[in-house]
Amino acid sequence: MAANEHTAFVMRDRNWHPPAYAPGYKTSVARSPRQALMAIQTPSASEISGPDFQRLTLGPYDNDLLNNYREGTERDGLPVGERIQVYGRVIDQFGKPVPHTLVEMWQANAGGRYRHKKDRYAAPLDPNFGGVGRTVTDEGGWYRFRTVKPGPYPWPNDPNSWRPAHIHISVMGPSISTRLITQLYFEGDPLIPHCPIVNTIKDAEAVETLTSRLDMARSRSFDCLVYRFDIVTRGALQTFFENF
Amino acid sequence: MPQYTLRQPLDPDSVFLPESPSQTAGPYVHIGLALNVAGLPERDHEIANVMAGTNAEGQRIHLRGLVLDGNDIPVDDVLVETWQADANGRYVTDFSFDNAFNSFGRAAPGMGVDQDGWWSFTTLKPGRLPHPDGPEMAPHINLMIFARGINIHLHTRMVFDDEGEANATCPFLSRVPAERRPTLIAKRVEDSENGEPVYEFVIRLQGRDETVFFDF
Ligand SMILES: [Fe+3]
Repeated sequence: MAANEHTAFVMRDRNWHPPAYAPGYKTSVARSPRQALMAIQTPSASEISGPDFQRLTLGPYDNDLLNNYREGTERDGLPVGERIQVYGRVIDQFGKPVPHTLVEMWQANAGGRYRHKKDRYAAPLDPNFGGVGRTVTDEGGWYRFRTVKPGPYPWPNDPNSWRPAHIHISVMGPSISTRLITQLYFEGDPLIPHCPIVNTIKDAEAVETLTSRLDMARSRSFDCLVYRFDIVTRGALQTFFENF
Repeated sequence: MPQYTLRQPLDPDSVFLPESPSQTAGPYVHIGLALNVAGLPERDHEIANVMAGTNAEGQRIHLRGLVLDGNDIPVDDVLVETWQADANGRYVTDFSFDNAFNSFGRAAPGMGVDQDGWWSFTTLKPGRLPHPDGPEMAPHINLMIFARGINIHLHTRMVFDDEGEANATCPFLSRVPAERRPTLIAKRVEDSENGEPVYEFVIRLQGRDETVFFDF
């Protein structure tokens, strides 16, 4: 990269993203800044650079949650639940693939229980399911995970709040400017419109972009259903600094 | 000297899509991004809070931090990510466990011995690095904050209290209103670990002395 040339990114649309303060989601009330974010008009390397994870050594089952919890152990069973594959593409806002970027995910098991010290929900742990995956996108920005469909679960917000089935998704992109953590929902889930966390997003169209679609054409008979979920990271701009 | 800036997409013919909207990382973020905190077995390589090995070039330091909510209660389910330059003021963009130093790290309370909401990094004192507007910036560490109740992660930037001169001339810091600048300054404490300096940085999400968060 020439010294006078940097990649910058399309400004983040803060009206499209959920606001920090969203009182329907009670925890956000005490955890949201009250001062305005301070805009940085002249980004430096501190904003436009980021880590490249191509040399991060991944295990062979890191993106296969059907197998990665029992790998190297005595256990030989498969997790309970609806076997699915989640796949899609990481692209930027101009439709350009984001290759070789780290995509990480975590989820509850088919009963809606997380394998986390703090989860006390009555649904049982599955001895054959951990609930964590990671992968790096290929040249075309594609990624895939094999897993089971997570169950909905209750949580303390309103007297009777339930999360729709969801998978937490983390993507790095080419810069810390493009860093993003979001959640994938499933087409047709009746809990989506009732969820206080989904409803932190004001625009119904934005929620649609987080709803994965059943892809029957790629579903495999007697193996798994397939859901498609594309992730859009901020658009890369070419910025030229020229002195004259 | 005047500067001419042109911003355009790499392919001007292309479509324009909205970014995927953010959603909170939730209380169980550790299952995915800090496995030992969740109580999960770790994989062969995990991105964690030791960014500098003993053979890294430069001054190794220890950073301890706390994130407080609007009621001054520690956010004990936070996940913090860092992005910082090496001792020479350069970002190591090629992340690898073979590197003596990585610019990227992750920490959460409960990783190792940190308790009661404290998180920590073992890293290097970063060098100064250039700013497009002129003089070099003060040594700094960029931090990203994720947690339950945080709908879109927060970006802040920490500087060091023993870099008074560099802080005073920093073109980035000078744009932050003077009365809020102290919220970005980490303090060197008396304590040391293996003879290496220890700094403390408290992030306040809300209220009096709310930390400055950035949009870029
Ligand atoms: Fe969840």
